[in-house]
Amino acid sequence: MTQDIANNVLESPTAHSSEVVEHAAVAVHDTGIHIMPLAAERLGDFHGIPINNTLITSWAVMLILITLAFFVGRSIKMVPGKVQLIFETIIDFVYEYMTETFEDRKLARIFLPLVLTLFLFIFFANSLQFTPGIGSIGIWQDDTLVPLFRSVNTDLNVTLALALISFIIIELTGMFKLGLFAYAGKFISFKSPLAFIVGIIELGSELVRIVSFSFRLFGNILAGEVLIAVVAYFVPYVLPSTLMGFELFIGFVQAGIFALLTLLFIKLAVIEPH
Amino acid sequence: MELESAKAIGMALAAGLGVIGPGIGIGLIGAKAMESIGRNPEASGKIVSNMIIAIAFAEALGILALVVAFIIKGL
Repeated sequence: MTQDIANNVLESPTAHSSEVVEHAAVAVHDTGIHIMPLAAERLGDFHGIPINNTLITSWAVMLILITLAFFVGRSIKMVPGKVQLIFETIIDFVYEYMTETFEDRKLARIFLPLVLTLFLFIFFANSLQFTPGIGSIGIWQDDTLVPLFRSVNTDLNVTLALALISFIIIELTGMFKLGLFAYAGKFISFKSPLAFIVGIIELGSELVRIVSFSFRLFGNILAGEVLIAVVAYFVPYVLPSTLMGFELFIGFVQAGIFALLTLLFIKLAVIEPH
Repeated sequence: MELESAKAIGMALAAGLGVIGPGIGIGLIGAKAMESIGRNPEASGKIVSNMIIAIAFAEALGILALVVAFIIKGL
C-alpha cells in the first residue's frame, strides 16, 4: 500500500515530487498503534544463538531471584525476621498442599523445588511486566524502536520451554515410579479394543498438554500487554493503571495455575493403572 | 476479496466467535460457585480458590482463540 501511494506520487509531474514522497511515506507509516510484534525482537547474536530482548529480561529476573535467595539464606535465624517469615510461609503452604495432594511426604519433598521454582520464576517474571523501562528503553533498528527489555512470558519460546520442562519431568516420573513397561501400558494397552482406543486418546491428551501449558501462559500475558497498549492509546488517564493492577493479579494466578497443574499431572502419572 | 480485508474479517471472526464458549462457561462456573457459597458460607474460602482455578482453565480457551486471531492478522 505504501508502495502504491509512493508510485502514484512519483509519477505526477510536479517539481517538488521528492518532498511529497517523503511526506507520503512518513504519513502512511505513522498511522495506527504500535503494539508489540508477536515474536520477540532479536538484539544480537552469540556465536549463532540469537539474543532476544526477552532473554535479557529473563536474566534480570534470574538475577533478582538469586540475589534474594542469597541474602535471605545467608542470615537464617531461629526467630525469623520479616522477609524470612514471608518465604517460610510460602514454602510451608506449598509443602502442606503438596503433601495433601500426593498423600506421601517423601514424594512431596522431592518435587517441592520444581513446583516452587516454576511458581516463583513465572510470578516474578509477570510482576516485572509493568516496571518503567520495560518496553520503553530501546535501540533504533531501521526506524523502529526495538525495546531492550520485554516481558518474559510474551515470548512463546519461554513458555514452550517451561511447558517442555514440566512435560519431560511428568513423563520421567511416571516411568521411574511405575517402570517403563507399566507406564507405557497405560497408553498402549492390548487388553480390549476399547482400552486401546482410550489409551490412544490419553496419549493425545498428554501431548496436547504441552500446547495448552505454553499457550495458556503466553496468551494471558500477551493479551494483557496488548490490552494495556490499546487502552493507553484511547484512554490515557486512570484506566491503564487499573487494568495494570488486574494484569498483576492475572500474572499471579497464571503462575499458580502452572505450578498447580504440573503438580496435579505428576500425581496422575504415578497412580497405578487399574 | 483482498488479502488484507480477508485477514481483518478472519481475525474478527476468530476472536469474536472464540470467546462465546468461554464466556458462557465462566458464567456458569461463577453461578454455581455463588450458589454453593450461599448454601455454605463457611466454605467460601475454599470455594473461591477452586473457582479461580476452574475459571483459569475456561479462560485459557478464550485466550487461545485470541492468539489465533493475532496470528491470522500477522501481528
